[in-house]
Amino acid sequence: MRIEILQILERDSRLTPAEIGVMLAIPQEEVEAELEQLREENVILGYHTLVDWEKTSREFVTAQIEVKVTPQRDFGFDQIAQRIAQFPEVQSVFLYSGDFDLSVIVEGKTIKDIAAFVSDKLAVMDSVESCKTHFILKKYKQNGFLFEGNEADERPAILL
Amino acid sequence: MMENLLNKRIKSISPSGIRKFFDIANQMENVISLGVGEPDFRTPWHVRAAAVQSIEQKGTSYTANAGLLELRKAISRYLEDRFQLEYNPENQILVTVGASEAVDLALRAIVEEGDEILIPEPTYVSYLPSVVLAGGVAVPVPTYESRSFRLTAEDLEKHITPRTKAIVMCYPNNPTGAVMELSDLKAIGEVLKEHDIFVISDEIYSELVYGITHTSIASLPGMAERTLVINGFSKSFAMTGWRLGYAAGPVELLQAMTKIHQYAIMCAPTMSQYAGLEALENGLSHVKTMVAEYNQRRRVMVDGFRQMGLSCFEPQGAFYVFPRISDLGLSSDEFCTQLLQEERVAVVPGIAFGASGEGFIRCSYAYSLDSIREALRRIDRFVTHRRRVSSNAAN
Repeated sequence: MRIEILQILERDSRLTPAEIGVMLAIPQEEVEAELEQLREENVILGYHTLVDWEKTSREFVTAQIEVKVTPQRDFGFDQIAQRIAQFPEVQSVFLYSGDFDLSVIVEGKTIKDIAAFVSDKLAVMDSVESCKTHFILKKYKQNGFLFEGNEADERPAILL
Repeated sequence: MMENLLNKRIKSISPSGIRKFFDIANQMENVISLGVGEPDFRTPWHVRAAAVQSIEQKGTSYTANAGLLELRKAISRYLEDRFQLEYNPENQILVTVGASEAVDLALRAIVEEGDEILIPEPTYVSYLPSVVLAGGVAVPVPTYESRSFRLTAEDLEKHITPRTKAIVMCYPNNPTGAVMELSDLKAIGEVLKEHDIFVISDEIYSELVYGITHTSIASLPGMAERTLVINGFSKSFAMTGWRLGYAAGPVELLQAMTKIHQYAIMCAPTMSQYAGLEALENGLSHVKTMVAEYNQRRRVMVDGFRQMGLSCFEPQGAFYVFPRISDLGLSSDEFCTQLLQEERVAVVPGIAFGASGEGFIRCSYAYSLDSIREALRRIDRFVTHRRRVSSNAAN
């Protein structure tokens, strides 16, 4: 039930416990209790809205920075990753297998902002060996939602 | 000229009385619809890709009349894995242009002038005309809300005469969403055997069942030799536009059907057949995902209608609910026409599915949850308003 609740909420976080209860054929109270538990355990971290900012007047750039770091004794990658994550301009930090270690997604108003963040804050950190910055040019799909190219429902109103 | 041109069979099929409602609904703009009998899901991407690849790299010529042997083998394996049905892909399976063609072929192959063909009702709209076009007499067998729209041995037996040759049944059912479980099938199976009646079993919704597993009547002892199983890709894999279905059954019948098919059709579209093969080989996980989502919407619909105080039996198959609206003092046609005009919601009057569908409406949940919720809100407003009007009139 836990997984089903989470899957439903991940797609549409506006749904109420009563609505989720109907969808899964369980009482509203049970859904509420489970949600409480999930928040307490930090399984649910937040509820957010997926926005296509391109359609607004807001100007900003997003970059993905591939970071190579020296793992630290006793802490591995965790300590450095958590320190990078503390910067408010950092949106996400993931540890990767392969050619680099951390992928850091950063948002700024201009390319200059990003450049400053990389040279002044990120690259100078102890144990950061190298940074490779890639700017995101266009988003096509995120969290399972297409930004464009959703096929319209062209079915007629009535079809037996 | 035209009067003499058209034969009496086609002339005897009158256009549906609610055609007018359909025309209005399909022309009106900004309609929220729960009126369509086809999936809202798109054909899985890998299936589409397989079709494109087949156009680029494989044949674009005819296939064997019965369909690609590779596809028939995959269908044979699928029917065995899913429903414990055993058919030889060499001579017991025919790939058709949708399940609809298979129904037509079967009727044309078996019906003699005047043969009676039983059709449980409410029913999908194409069986009755297909029987008539084949020269038969369609005999509706009503099913009832109180029995969850299942066909009972008793009701079946009442409609059997010496001229009864076959029954066309569709479970999971369009329009009611009813299913027939093993015990229900056993009961009617005995009657059918006793009276030597052949079964055309349209199982197009077989993958779309909730909380139960689909049982094919052909899997019951002694039934395979008197049953034609019809199925297809439209509903299970969201592939309506590909027009791909199949029939499986006794060798003699399949030979006869293949004869008609080869003269009338040649073969099902080659690219669709390759797409179907991909769907069967790699697409079953999509079916699971779609079923899980349909199931959630089904519960929202049933709950929504019950909250309105309408009687709504819980369907366990297909993607329809069939709530009763008769206590609102309107015929199903009136209900749907007024609902469309006042709230711009399109649903289908039960009468479209035969006399025993009167008093009900068919609502499809092959729509997004957002659309379903908005439609339910509007129907609720309509029903509340309607009740107020009739109680004022009573005072």
